[in-house]
Amino acid sequence: MAYRHFEFIEKHAAVLGILIAIMVSLGGLAELLPTFVEARGVKATAGVKPYDPLRLAGRDVYVREGCYLCHSQMIRTLRFETQRYGAFSTAEESVYDRPFQWGSKRTGPDLARVGGKYSDDWQRLHLVDPRAVVPESNMPAYPWLATARIDGADLTARMRVLRRLGDPYDDADIAGAAAAVDGKTELDALVAYLQGLGIANVPQATAVSMSGDTQ
Amino acid sequence: MTVVEHYNDKVVRLFLLAATVWGIVGMLLGMYAAAELAWPSLNFGIPWLTFSRLRPDHTFGVIFAFGGSALMGTCYYVVQRTGHTRLAWGNLAEFTFWGWQLACVLAMLTMPLGITQSKEYAEPEWFIDILIAIVWVSFGAVFFATLARRRIRHIYVANWYYGAFIIAVGLLHIVNNLALPVSLTKSYPIYAGVADAMVQWWYGHNAVAFFLTAGFLGMMYYFVPRQAQQPLWSYRFSIVNFWALISIYMWAGSHHLMYTALPDWVQSVGMAFSLVLLMPSWGSAANGLLTFNGAWHRLKSDPAAKFMVLALVFYAASTTEGSLMAIKTVNSLSHYTDWTIAHVHSGSLGWVAMITIGSLYAMAPRALGRPEMHSNKAMELHFWLHTAGTLLYIIAMWIAGVTAGMMWRATGADGSLTYSFLDSLLAIEPMYVMRWFGGVLIWLGMWVMAWNLWYTAADARKRIIQPVPVPIPEPESRQTPAPLPAVG
Repeated sequence: MAYRHFEFIEKHAAVLGILIAIMVSLGGLAELLPTFVEARGVKATAGVKPYDPLRLAGRDVYVREGCYLCHSQMIRTLRFETQRYGAFSTAEESVYDRPFQWGSKRTGPDLARVGGKYSDDWQRLHLVDPRAVVPESNMPAYPWLATARIDGADLTARMRVLRRLGDPYDDADIAGAAAAVDGKTELDALVAYLQGLGIANVPQATAVSMSGDTQ
Repeated sequence: MTVVEHYNDKVVRLFLLAATVWGIVGMLLGMYAAAELAWPSLNFGIPWLTFSRLRPDHTFGVIFAFGGSALMGTCYYVVQRTGHTRLAWGNLAEFTFWGWQLACVLAMLTMPLGITQSKEYAEPEWFIDILIAIVWVSFGAVFFATLARRRIRHIYVANWYYGAFIIAVGLLHIVNNLALPVSLTKSYPIYAGVADAMVQWWYGHNAVAFFLTAGFLGMMYYFVPRQAQQPLWSYRFSIVNFWALISIYMWAGSHHLMYTALPDWVQSVGMAFSLVLLMPSWGSAANGLLTFNGAWHRLKSDPAAKFMVLALVFYAASTTEGSLMAIKTVNSLSHYTDWTIAHVHSGSLGWVAMITIGSLYAMAPRALGRPEMHSNKAMELHFWLHTAGTLLYIIAMWIAGVTAGMMWRATGADGSLTYSFLDSLLAIEPMYVMRWFGGVLIWLGMWVMAWNLWYTAADARKRIIQPVPVPIPEPESRQTPAPLPAVG
């Protein structure tokens, strides 16, 4: 293109706008569309179900509190990562994750396979007062989780929306949701979610072998 | 009889005021969040004061409230001056001001309450996203309608960048925020897992590209020649850089997901384009810096020019750093560590904040009917506070990031890991204190700017300034394009 072509663009606002729109769309089209197609082919491993009501409630607490800002849930395909945290994360493990919680920063350790590493009691104590169990930790305390109750009606509405988005909940799952979280606190829910990470979203037979040697 | 047309500087002044206020608020939040990482009991058990709830408030506050207000204000100023025309649709322009402020206030109030989508830099929930989309489309309408009524045939380069910023950010915002609401305060994205990650980082990276780069380059292309008082170093060079920058940036987002479950080919494509991106980034920085050729003596007396030059140096440096960090092997060390935080702040405090502050100091007296800023010494003090604070901040985070990255991968002779995660946290803890102190200096600098602007706005507050008439050029048909320089 000679300069006069550019001069034409620069004297016509509509042409400039349209060409900008085309140029900024190319990269997205080239990377997003094939990824969508590939993601469509990624299915949950057989036997892995979408989040049960209590774990779903816990996951939404995890999102609300912004845990992803300090904890990743994505073990990279690097040896020192798998040595520390267990087998690397796969696409299949996060098919029910809306939104994804891979994170981008580790002020605290990765949580993709934290399930079962600590007892329920340890998790509770740690969430309410982290420095009671890890004196050097700089994690904030989340004491309010222990008293807040899960709203069963709200959770039922959430599961309906997730079903509309394609998550395979059946009528019985949704009908039983409110009862499943009756009397449970947000702390109960969050602990249930954490204890399922790397366990409930991978096939049961391999869950044990995937835990790796950790420290 | 001729009717005298005046520039619409009222909306520019409103955005100038908003940018100053949001700058102080956004950086206060950053400072508090930084303090919490060093002294974790600072949340006092209060949910909305907790780090994980405040961090989105800090990022939204500085990027969209402070940066957004500065961008929209300067955009309205520049498109009028370069087109020799009054802003089109004055009421709609005023709506974009109040609408944007409402969206910012709503976002900043809801996020600490836990009303969040958890998508980085796109945390506000669906009802705020809709408001943002409406304001954004209105902003685009005002901008392009003003271009349409310009009296100068040739559209100046600053406006290309502002145009790309408006179009791309609109596209990114809408695609990334597609969600199905459950209630007013909760929605689920239509994407899940890998697809959600790809869309989010296509958005996240290009929010940096088009909000924090293209928009501010628009600012740079107008205010740098203005402050250097000579024409752009090379107009032709800016054409190459513009089209290369806007098309390549959009391919680079996947470098945020190296070694993850994202398909491998997308990671590699993202890395390749991130390296190519170095050229137009350096080109834009060089074009700005070389514009000062022959006018370097101005740096002695003009703090606004000093802010601009250092901004361009930081732009060149942080964009180099960004391309390097997109190399997979480097990324394996830097990712998940504070090196990312150092990089982001060298871009945002070094490039974005400095070009904004320099441009505000250049624009404010003109928009406020004064020959110059109230105090040159205060601008000088602000420059040194901001520079010292930025350097302390990014050096602390570089050290913290590399230290943690090295400790995470260290193995003994038997192949086992040398350090526990906690060891790495203890090693970098002093750096968190140093980073906080850098933030304090930067925040104090913002107060110095606010003080200076308050006194510069004395006449405007008394409502005794005269509107600036639009100089009416020759009719379009008789405009001959300025001859291009033979070289460069």
